[in-house]
Amino acid sequence: MADDGGVGDGLDRTPAAPADVCVVGSGPAGALVAHRLAARGADVVILEAGPRFEFSQRREQQERHIRPGMGDPWEMGGQRDEYSTGGRHYPLNAARVKGVGGSTLHWQGMVMRLHERDFEMATRYDVGEDWPLTYDDLRPYYAAAERELGVAGAIDNPYAPPRDDPFPLSAFPPSYSDSLFAEACERLGIDMHSVPNARNSEPYDGRASCQGYGTCRPVCPSGAKYTAESHVEKAESAGARVIDHAPVQRLEHDDEGDAVDAAVYATPDGTEHRQSAQRFVVACGGVENARLLLLSESEEYPDGLANSSGAVGRFFMDHLFAGAGGRLDERTRQNHVGFITSECHQFYDDEDPVEGLKLEFLNYAGPSPVIEALHAETWGDELLDQLRGSYGTHIAMGGLVEQLPDADNRVTLDPSRTDDHGNPVPHIEWSLSDRTERAIRRANEIQHAILEELDASIEWTVGPDATGPAYHQMGTTRMGADPGRSVVDADCRTHDLSNLWVVGSSVFPTGGAMNPTLTIAALSLRASESLADSL
Amino acid sequence: MELTRRDALAALAAAGATVGGGALAGRFDPPRADAGGSGAAGSPSTATPTLSTDLLDLLDALAEVLYPSDVDGRRGFVEEYVLGRTEGRPEYRAGVREAAAQLDAVARDWEGNAYADLAAEDRDRTLRRLGVETADPDPEGPITDRIRFYLVEDLLFAFYASPAGGRLVGIENPIGHPGGIESYQRGPMERDPDDPTGGDSDG
Ligand SMILES: Cc1cc2nc3c(=O)[nH]c(=O)nc-3n(C[C@H](O)[C@H](O)[C@H](O)COP(=O)(O)OP(=O)(O)OC[C@H]3O[C@@H](n4cnc5c(N)ncnc54)[C@H](O)[C@@H]3O)c2cc1C
Ligand code: SF4
Repeated sequence: MADDGGVGDGLDRTPAAPADVCVVGSGPAGALVAHRLAARGADVVILEAGPRFEFSQRREQQERHIRPGMGDPWEMGGQRDEYSTGGRHYPLNAARVKGVGGSTLHWQGMVMRLHERDFEMATRYDVGEDWPLTYDDLRPYYAAAERELGVAGAIDNPYAPPRDDPFPLSAFPPSYSDSLFAEACERLGIDMHSVPNARNSEPYDGRASCQGYGTCRPVCPSGAKYTAESHVEKAESAGARVIDHAPVQRLEHDDEGDAVDAAVYATPDGTEHRQSAQRFVVACGGVENARLLLLSESEEYPDGLANSSGAVGRFFMDHLFAGAGGRLDERTRQNHVGFITSECHQFYDDEDPVEGLKLEFLNYAGPSPVIEALHAETWGDELLDQLRGSYGTHIAMGGLVEQLPDADNRVTLDPSRTDDHGNPVPHIEWSLSDRTERAIRRANEIQHAILEELDASIEWTVGPDATGPAYHQMGTTRMGADPGRSVVDADCRTHDLSNLWVVGSSVFPTGGAMNPTLTIAALSLRASESLADSL
Repeated sequence: MELTRRDALAALAAAGATVGGGALAGRFDPPRADAGGSGAAGSPSTATPTLSTDLLDLLDALAEVLYPSDVDGRRGFVEEYVLGRTEGRPEYRAGVREAAAQLDAVARDWEGNAYADLAAEDRDRTLRRLGVETADPDPEGPITDRIRFYLVEDLLFAFYASPAGGRLVGIENPIGHPGGIESYQRGPMERDPDDPTGGDSDG
């Protein structure tokens, strides 16, 4: 009987023989690296803190999402996931998932490239920090990432950065409500265009095409929405081994502090195991990347592993949501599908304010009748009347606004609270500056102009007070050319330790206002090359 | 409006049940929880009261209260939905049966009759007196919360996640229903002369 670490499934959770590469975390950042390296013949082990969620359970998980009282379909919360916050509350456990596939299990799946200017905000506008690479450096990796994730898109966006190839899948056609917006936008001189979606508009890569379940976030029962489970499975087919329920507690380095020797992980029965490897890749997401380095402090690295710059945990950023909505005196046909089909990137490169901003035309404004019915305090004909009154004419816009890096926004360890293995929990200090608030107001202004042109009665606005994060944790292990000011180099390798890479949006020096995961994927593909070359 | 077998299948699909021939052909068992010791609710040693009617009768009687009044084909919808849905989910099935037995016991206590045999307005009143309208659905909570979770929410979920229920509100592809990617692109349809309440075409 294998030592399953107390999980009860009989699967072996003892360490593998010393591996070529040990990847910590199986979200898209780690899964893509693991797959690329395993495909090139490297011996790869993936350590994943969360469980493997079987695909056969997806429809029951969907029911859990729709029906109240059934808990989070991805089981986030509890002592394992404890955290504390300072400043504005950051709802961390709504903003990530622990499991094979990581937060892409729950994500929405909008995937766009950053713009050229995002890589050089300091040079152009004297704000933020330049990246140690340019859009052109990343361009071929963006194209490869779009093929890996299976992006459905069209070349109708005049504001998108230059690209060489069409998208691998054709775009989802615009929605009926997009057509209502289109007339108003045309009168205002505002351009609408398609949205690149990591979602199958036709069968792709062994996954089904979209069936219109409408619950993309948090559960896609058809498999049409990309999740990093795809690349974990491909890595496994290429020989990689995955150990789930295996949170890494700390990384241990050699005597000199030049290289990591082992990842120490714990299984649910409390046993600690040491996985050794030639190379280590930290891919735990934007908060846990910093936390794992901080937990791995040593005599050589008293402020945290790979932290001679002092930047680990600092410059925490997210994108801010800005939105507005209301009602029309006609039907708007919302909540058929759970994704959007039109955006506007026209204002993204504006210089006043310089913060990036993108606008979204929602296809899920207002309540869904089934969800409202399950929360209603009546039934029968009265319920039907209530649902008819509340469904049908809602319309809304969303948008993302850039937050520039600020050293005071940061992730530290909270020694007053511990997780299920006795480690200090992450503490997130996060606030918005006046300039971020101004950029949010700018987004609201455009949204209001469009809704007014539509003759909508505006019923709500999410502005600087009500705003919240878009669940894109960035910046806490920033990349840069100067080891005194950054944690990793342009290849995502730490300046301090020669065999340690950190991947994911924690390496972003600035975040732009585009959803981050395509850039995460592109950087992981690029990092895989430097890792492979180093083996 | 008419609920059809297709709607039940759609509800099943939304609920994640595997719809095999067997699931739909078989009967719910045991039809009466007091028929023997085989069901979780049937053991005389537990505090759970027994169900005095066929479970399906009770669910259908409840659906009559919960669903809009002009719904036809309700019993078949409930039968196929309940049968298919609890297939392969024995714990959930036990929860439904237990909640049904509790509701039935309350009816006998307060109204002197099996729940399924009460007049519709008495069934409605019993639920409201129990506080089910405002209860938090909770499979482990007090009985009112369990009735809300296993019986009321189950039946409402089946109905409003199906194209038939959704269509009454104006959405033929409600959340939870895999109705494809055409409907979101379509505009509102002309009102259907046969269906004065609906407005949208079938997805
Ligand atoms: C609701 C929601 C919607 C989103 N929508 C979009 C979108 O539309 N577009 C977009 O681009 N992005 C979106 N995102 C963000 C996207 O999900 C993330 O950018 C992406 O998943 C990050 O990838 P990652 O691999 O770096 O981290 P994650 O996907 O978070 O994966 C990290 C993995 O590491 C594991 N881990 C953590 N600590 C340890 C440890 N110590 N030991 C072992 N394993 C560990 C975790 O369990 C997890 O499985 C969304 C996120 C959420 C929550
Ligand atoms: S609408 Fe969303 S949840 Fe439904 S199949 Fe398409 S991608 Fe999946």
